[in-house]
Amino acid sequence: MKTKLIQNAAGRWVPEIVNGRQTIPFKGVGKYKPTAKKYAPAISSCADFPADGNKLVSSLKVALVKAGLADGMTISTHHHFRNGDLIANQVFDIAKELGVKNLVWFPSASFPCHEHLIPYLEDGTIHHVEGSMNGPLGRFASEGKMKGMAVLRSHGGRYQAIQDGEVKIDIAVIAAPTADFFGNATGDRGDAACGLLGFALADSQYAEKVIVATDNLVPFPCVPWQIQGNYVDYVVQVEKIGIPEKIVSGTTRITKSPDRLYIARLTAEFCNATGLIYDGFSFQVGAGGTSLSIGLYFQDILRKTGRKARFIRAGSNKYAVKMLEEGLTDYILDGQTFDLEGVRSMRENANHVNTSPFTSYNYHGKGNFAQLVDVVILGATEVDLNFNANVVTHSDGYMLHGIGGWQNCLFSKCVILPVPLFRDRIPVVVDEVTTLCGPGELIDVIVTERGIAINPKRIDLIEKAKRTNLPVRTIRELKEEAEKICGQPEKPTLTDKIIGVVKWVDGTVIDSIKQVKT
Amino acid sequence: MKVSSGKRGDVVRADCFVEVINRPGSPNKIVLKSKVKALFGKSIEELVQKMLAFYEINGVEVLVEDSGALPFALAARIEKAFQKYSRSSKQFVFDMLPENQYTIPGNRYRRSRLYIPGNNPKMMVNAGIYGSDAIILDLEDSVSPEKKEEARILVRNALCQIDFKGAERMVRINQLPAGLTDLEYIVPYNVHTVLIPKCELPEQVIQVAEKIQQISAGNNSVYLMPIIESALGVEKAYQIATASPSIVALAIGLEDYTADLGVQRTTQATESFYARSRIVNAARAAGIQPIDSVFSDFENGEKVLNAAHESKAMGFAGMGCIHPVQVEWVNRGFSPSGKEIEKAQKIVLAFEKAQKEGRAVVAIGSKMVDPPVVKRALKTVNDALVFGLIEKEWRSLYEN
Repeated sequence: MKTKLIQNAAGRWVPEIVNGRQTIPFKGVGKYKPTAKKYAPAISSCADFPADGNKLVSSLKVALVKAGLADGMTISTHHHFRNGDLIANQVFDIAKELGVKNLVWFPSASFPCHEHLIPYLEDGTIHHVEGSMNGPLGRFASEGKMKGMAVLRSHGGRYQAIQDGEVKIDIAVIAAPTADFFGNATGDRGDAACGLLGFALADSQYAEKVIVATDNLVPFPCVPWQIQGNYVDYVVQVEKIGIPEKIVSGTTRITKSPDRLYIARLTAEFCNATGLIYDGFSFQVGAGGTSLSIGLYFQDILRKTGRKARFIRAGSNKYAVKMLEEGLTDYILDGQTFDLEGVRSMRENANHVNTSPFTSYNYHGKGNFAQLVDVVILGATEVDLNFNANVVTHSDGYMLHGIGGWQNCLFSKCVILPVPLFRDRIPVVVDEVTTLCGPGELIDVIVTERGIAINPKRIDLIEKAKRTNLPVRTIRELKEEAEKICGQPEKPTLTDKIIGVVKWVDGTVIDSIKQVKT
Repeated sequence: MKVSSGKRGDVVRADCFVEVINRPGSPNKIVLKSKVKALFGKSIEELVQKMLAFYEINGVEVLVEDSGALPFALAARIEKAFQKYSRSSKQFVFDMLPENQYTIPGNRYRRSRLYIPGNNPKMMVNAGIYGSDAIILDLEDSVSPEKKEEARILVRNALCQIDFKGAERMVRINQLPAGLTDLEYIVPYNVHTVLIPKCELPEQVIQVAEKIQQISAGNNSVYLMPIIESALGVEKAYQIATASPSIVALAIGLEDYTADLGVQRTTQATESFYARSRIVNAARAAGIQPIDSVFSDFENGEKVLNAAHESKAMGFAGMGCIHPVQVEWVNRGFSPSGKEIEKAQKIVLAFEKAQKEGRAVVAIGSKMVDPPVVKRALKTVNDALVFGLIEKEWRSLYEN
């Protein structure tokens, strides 16, 4: 059956029905405001739970069976261990063993370690994935091999979808580095300490059944508790929940590439010269090598000028921790820890605060922290002449990355995308993005190794940059230079089949992704 | 029969590997494995077809394993493979970009020169963006012996097709006699300056100059920069510096020089103090620029800056960069400082005032300024202008 497409406010064609459900096409930034009540799971009663508070069961399989694992359910897991996650794969091994079919996997993100699940997507154990599709899973879906459509959401969009009832989680499985028998759990200690468990917060509150799995069971109470045991149905002790070394991904090292270092320096010079780095400012940099280098340049500027930041929103790592400990920032408001130094700091330093997608990103909150950040540094696979950006697909059409908090961060006061003008032979600044993930009206500055383009809407920044020696150019000039060097790329061959949709932060559909012809 | 060129493997980026296999009697077949196939597959196949016709090759299978190479690199790899297959020495040369046809004066400033390995296309593409005064495409030490021929073709294509953004276009050739063959690939393509490595005798310079003369049919405008890298070279420095009117600078290479002496190269550099002084003096006596060696630490910018300051204080006009991050520091180190510029500006203003009033004696307040001091101040102000450190209208800041 062919999916009916409708054109949304961004001019993109999106399916009306996604995985059997009616969807709402993107209406414009800040335009869609649902008015119903928030979703709620069934009422629970203490009388149904062990009087002594001991919710331990003998295995993950027993917990899943008790939770009523059945065909067509939505199962959620979380990416606190990034590529070192050991739980999600086990959950579906058990589902396979029990012969359960057509599950929806609702992870907060997926990683290459989840390639293990591809046979389950093939044999119908899993119907489709709603969440970021990294690497192998993305390739699988891009080639049209997944039964349902992929639904890509930002971290904030995931919270929004849970709160407004778009996604109803049947069973949430929360991997916890430390927990007690009641289900109180924390991520900042234990052999597999990963920092915080913020991505599981919504799941703990809204899922019908909640399972906590831990390899470090402590006597009640587990203090501090990041997940409250009062939301938890079952607790399982397992041998090992994750590989903490693998929460450090390859992208959390400072770049050695001369081009990227140069882009980082140019970005920092731009921020300094246009007055973005003032005493008491706030910023967020991502985990990529270029972003980390920008963080180092920011430190230099703060030291030299005697200024300090009020807070860093993170993705924390050893560099952010160093700033906190050196007094270059008052606080780290941390959404996920990218290395073990970040974990240590969160455990030891009261000013290193654990946050969640609710505090930082959620659209259904009464404001969120991301909006308050002065400067945010983000990446992109493509940027186009209207400053629209793509983070999920490559120019050849393959869906290979998740959105993460990227869309949510676009609401900060100044959004800067430092990107190479081309990657090997592939232009990054293009006529039109392959997939629209962020509307250009929210993107202020593109920094490349061959010049800086400022969104014409930011007259203030353009005026300030004029008074500097910075190489400011138009986005069109950058695009033309990229094509002069690389050549004019052909259009990739795609079929008409929609294999996935990209949600905007409010739950509307901003774009769709087509199958790649192989 | 099977021949190949280029680089393959998981870590290779922006390069390619080309293999030609003999398939007598069958039509030509192209097998393209490229990570940019969806975007550039057609244009890559067209290039291969065009070059098959150029080399009049039939009955082969051409395998191209491409990791995102730009056309100048693709063509260089294909050319070498096709030359090998057809035992031809024909060159498949791209047109020269119009923006690559600039000239530079022989006495142009040479604070920083950035070394780019001659067989590494990825590093060539952006070589011009870091602001070095010169870019050296290196055919010598950074290219392994079995890759020398491939590198020549790649460097030639880079000279034609890559915009080095106004930098002086330098090539370091191999030691003679291989270096003489290198010249055939670079002299016709607007190379500004040829670096002659391990120079020990004036005759070597003369050989290079004569070969260039021959290739350019007497229309020679290529500058020379001999590099002294041995004890004997140091002893012959002045003779080498004056061996040809094309010589614009004399450089020293300390890694080989210290090896020749049998000593370690140290940060204090006392072991090479004599040699470096000798180079500075010989070059200045010959009326050309003395150029210092490279500095091997690129993690620490302040260290590079210190090294540049010391080098400048010894009399050198510039030094080499082995990594793009060094360029900024080296340029800064060889440029006049803010204080120096300010002092020089005051002297220049006093000098101009004295001239206007017809006085021979230049004075600031009650203090007389000697003519050599005036001369140095004029140079400092001029350098500051050239390096973009002061505005053309700087005098207006001192008015009223």
